[in-house]
Amino acid sequence: MTAVPFVLQLLNSLAALLLLLSFAMLAQRRVVTLVNLLALQGAILGAATLLLAWRTGEGNLYVSAALTLALKVVVLPTLLHRMIRRLGVYWDTDTLINIPGTMLVGLVVVVFSFGLAQPITALASTATRSAVGIAVAVILLALLTMITRRKAMSQVVGFLSMENGLFFGAMSATYGMPMIVEMGVALDVLVAMLVLGVFFFQIREQFDTLDLDHLESRDDAP
Amino acid sequence: MNTLEWFTQILEVGAALAAAPLFLGWVGQCRAWLQNRRAPSIFQVYRGIRKLFHKDAVVATRASPLFRIAPYIVFGTMVAAAAIIPSMGTRLPFASAADAIALVGLFATARMFLALAAMDIGTPFGTLGARREMMVGFLAEPALLMVIFVASLISMTTALPLISERLMTQALSLSPSLAFTAVAFTMVLLAENARIPIDNPATHLELTMIHEAMLLEYSARHLALMEWAAALKLFNYACIGFALFMPWGAATGEAGPLGLLAAIPVLGVKLGVAGAALALIETVSAKLRVFRAPEFLATAFLFAVLGLLVHILLGA
Repeated sequence: MTAVPFVLQLLNSLAALLLLLSFAMLAQRRVVTLVNLLALQGAILGAATLLLAWRTGEGNLYVSAALTLALKVVVLPTLLHRMIRRLGVYWDTDTLINIPGTMLVGLVVVVFSFGLAQPITALASTATRSAVGIAVAVILLALLTMITRRKAMSQVVGFLSMENGLFFGAMSATYGMPMIVEMGVALDVLVAMLVLGVFFFQIREQFDTLDLDHLESRDDAP
Repeated sequence: MNTLEWFTQILEVGAALAAAPLFLGWVGQCRAWLQNRRAPSIFQVYRGIRKLFHKDAVVATRASPLFRIAPYIVFGTMVAAAAIIPSMGTRLPFASAADAIALVGLFATARMFLALAAMDIGTPFGTLGARREMMVGFLAEPALLMVIFVASLISMTTALPLISERLMTQALSLSPSLAFTAVAFTMVLLAENARIPIDNPATHLELTMIHEAMLLEYSARHLALMEWAAALKLFNYACIGFALFMPWGAATGEAGPLGLLAAIPVLGVKLGVAGAALALIETVSAKLRVFRAPEFLATAFLFAVLGLLVHILLGA
């Protein structure tokens, strides 16, 4: 335990911070803060990628770090902020379970995902393999965020956070996906964001709200 | 070296008894400065306690014996707790009698007697304060235990002096699990010592007070003991925090008398910094509604458990 190099310690700390941010997103009621937390998560992810690229000397990790920083810290949060302003949704007050309850469920999810990641960790040969469990936990916590929210806006933030977790998992298990896959995923996320933006406006026009419960009711006349 | 160990023990308990009101006074002074008020003297708490000892005690007519003995029990448990917390030296003869989990039990005993005494008189305020105190305690205790479990897992022992010694000697490294548990511990400290996000120590506003509400019926020497015990509790919590998260400077087994002598100013500096930080936290945060307290303490619990999980997964 004493022989862990400093870069790895730093990487582990960043992984722990990612997990903490996932919980912060789970507990957050304000949509604007939620988006800021997402940007922070992206920044930490970018920093971790950069650190890993420096440690392993793999050139394509630099590219994906740059891509992460540009897309997840600048472009997507800006888009989301603009959408929040135009739609006027600042709060997502009514979560399905109360906040402490959600946190406890989140803890169970983390334990579950650590168990889930154990075989992967045993197979992987990278120095950062122990962070795979954290990546799985981030993915599942983002899913939990999506499940417990009613408003479409927070669900989209949860979706993007899930993508962050996937990226982090791929990075720590295999030092990043092939470049072409990464580009494809980045583009996918961007396009999904634009399409969902159009959806928001359509939903609001139909129901006068972004509360997705209305999509489930079977009223014929909207 | 046996005499040195006993000397360390006596020194620590004596220092706790003497310095606890001073620490409370220092926190109050820092708070006053930060809020642009004229600060009371740092010895104000001593003066209050001395004044109370000179007064005649008045006890309600319906009070049971429990009401009279509760201050002595609360004060006694706090002194006992001070005897097993390594604030200056880690070789304490008493420490083998109780480990960190028993320490949590000691705090729980004090809380139970405090709450029972508050309910004993039967005034509505006492009952209200006791109920709130029990609610806060029942939420804070698991978080505190989790904090201790993380430190125990890292050092593979539950004896507080040994934990402190092993954390001191291990190589300096970035430890996210200890950082998380330090945050959790700070939150528990604030809640357990009736500090601002949960309770305001300076208020007598009926609807918001917790700790003060339980002491309303006490007077003279009983009240003095209760207030001294509260100061000791804060001091004890601060020393647990030092033992777990900044153990450097305390005298270990080999240090000898000189090491012990050097540990005294180190403890003073630590207390000074911690008191200022506590005052800063209290100044920048607002008191939470009572119904938000579970959320605050659930967050503390979450931090502690995350520290545990991160330690198990990353080994850091």
